[in-house]
Amino acid sequence: MIIRKPTRKWEKLPGKNTFCCDGRVMMARQKGVFYLTLFLIVGTCSLFFAFECPYLAVHLSPAIPVFAVLLFIFVMAMLLRTSFSDPGVLPRALPEEANFIEMEIEAANGNVLAGQRPPPRIKNVQINNQIVKLKYCYTCKIFRPPRASHCSICDNCVDRFDHHCPWVGNCVGKRNYRYFYLFTLSLSLLTIYIFAFNIVHVVLREYRSKKMFHVDSLTPHCTVLEVLVCFFTIWSVVGLTGFHTYLISLNQTTNEDIKGSWSGKNRVQNPYSHKNIIKNCCEVLCSPTFPSVLDRRGVMLEDSSSPTHSDASAASTHKSSNPVSQTTKSSAPLIPNEHTPDEAKPGIGAGTQKSTSSPKGEKPPSPTSPNAVAPAVIKESTH
Amino acid sequence: MATEFHNLQELRHSASLANKVFIQRDYTDGTVCKFQTKFPSELDSRIERTLFEDTVKTLNNYYAEAEKIGGQSYLEGCLACLTVYLIFLCIETRYEKVLKKISRYIQEQNEKVYAPRGLLITDPIERGMRVIEISVYEDRGSSGSSSGSSTTSSSGR
Repeated sequence: MIIRKPTRKWEKLPGKNTFCCDGRVMMARQKGVFYLTLFLIVGTCSLFFAFECPYLAVHLSPAIPVFAVLLFIFVMAMLLRTSFSDPGVLPRALPEEANFIEMEIEAANGNVLAGQRPPPRIKNVQINNQIVKLKYCYTCKIFRPPRASHCSICDNCVDRFDHHCPWVGNCVGKRNYRYFYLFTLSLSLLTIYIFAFNIVHVVLREYRSKKMFHVDSLTPHCTVLEVLVCFFTIWSVVGLTGFHTYLISLNQTTNEDIKGSWSGKNRVQNPYSHKNIIKNCCEVLCSPTFPSVLDRRGVMLEDSSSPTHSDASAASTHKSSNPVSQTTKSSAPLIPNEHTPDEAKPGIGAGTQKSTSSPKGEKPPSPTSPNAVAPAVIKESTH
Repeated sequence: MATEFHNLQELRHSASLANKVFIQRDYTDGTVCKFQTKFPSELDSRIERTLFEDTVKTLNNYYAEAEKIGGQSYLEGCLACLTVYLIFLCIETRYEKVLKKISRYIQEQNEKVYAPRGLLITDPIERGMRVIEISVYEDRGSSGSSSGSSTTSSSGR
C-alpha cells in the first residue's frame, strides 16, 4: 500500500517565498547574500577561535574565548531566527472576502463614467486622532492594515513592514523585527569584540616577543584578515544598529522613515508612538510574540477537483506564481475544503484558505466586474 | 423564514451556504487586534444585536488580553531572549494560549448561539486576523436561492 505524503499548506501558498524542512523554514527566493553573511560571520569567528583565542586564553584570561563563544551563538541564533521565521505575512483574501471588499468599493465609488479613471482605492481610518490612509493591495486583494506594506521581492503583504533585508534573506516585519534588531546589536558587539582583541593580540605579541613560544606564520595573516573584515563590518553594522535604535525609540519602521510618512509639517504625526522612548522601546522589543497566521504545516484536505483552502498562516510558500488565479476560483461552483470552525484545530494550526490549485502554467483571466479597476494598474511595491 | 437547526451537524448536512458577512477590523486604537462592533444589516433578521455585540466584544477583550504589554510579556520576552528563544520549543507563548481560548469560545458560541440561528463564525486566525467571517446558511428544503458563491461546508467532502 502506497502511503501518499500529505500535501502541506505551504506548498500551495502564493507569493515568492521558498520553504524548507517541510514548511518549518520560510525565506525569500534569493539567498545568495544570506550565505555570504553566514560565511563572513562563521569564517571570521573560526579564524578568531583558531588563532587568537589560544594565545589570549593563556596570556590574558580564559573568559575571553568563552564570552566570544556565547556571543557567537547568540548572533547565529538571532540571524537564523530572523531569516527562517515568518515576518508577519498577511494571507491573501479568499474570493468571497475579495468580492465583498469589491462590492463595498463599488458602492462607495458610485457610478464611474466610461473612460474615466476610477478613484484610487483608499480607506481613511482614524487612529489616535490622526487620519491614516489605508491603501488597497491589488495583489492580495485587501485593504492593507496600518503599517503593513507589500514586498515586491517576496510578493506578500507584510504586517508592520520594515524592509526586505537581503543579508538575512527575508523580509523584516512585525514578527521578526526584534530578532533582526538583536542580531544587528549582537553582531556589532561581536565585531567590536573581535576587533579589539585582535589589536590586543598584536600588541601583546609585540611586547612579549622575547617569550619562547611556537610562532605560527599563519597567525599574522589571519589577524590582518580579521581586522579588515571587522573594520568594514563595524562601520556598516554599528551604523545600522544605531539607526534602528533611533527608529525603535520613535516607534517607526524603516519603510515609514524612507517614505517620510511622519515627517514634515503638513504630514500626520506618528500615531503609533507613545511619545515616550521607554514605552516605544518596550512596545517594539517586549511586546508579546505574535503567532504566525499562515498555517504552513497544516495538511491540505485531499480534493483535487476544487481549490483547496490554504491557511492564512504567514508561512506562505509561493509556489504558484499568480495570485490572480485565486479570484478565478471564486466562480468555481464548489469549494468543498472550507473548514468549519468546528473542525478547526485550536490555536494557530487551524485555518483554511483557498489555495491556488489552478494549473501553474496558465494564467486564467481574472473575472472583471464592469467597474473593477484592472489589478495591474496600481500595485504598491515597497522595498 | 426562520430556519431552525438543532446543532452544528444538522447545519452542515441540511443547509446550504447563502451568504458570508465579513466583520472588519477596527483600527481606531492603533494596530491592536480589534473588530468593529457595528451590527451588519445582513444579520438583521437572523440574530439579536446584543448577542452579536457581546460575541465581538468578548473576542476583542481576548485579543486585548493577548496583546497586553505588561509584566508578563516583559518576563516572557526576557526569559526567551536569555534562552536564545529556545524556550519556545518547550512552552507556549501567552498569545498562543489566548488563541486557544478564543478558539474554544468561538466553538462554544457557534454551538449555543449561532448554529441554532443558521449562522457560523469562522475563527479570525483562519483569515489572517483581518476579518470575522460569518457564514449565513439557508435550509436546503426551504430556500430555492442558494447564492452562487457556492461555498459549502467541508464536512461531506
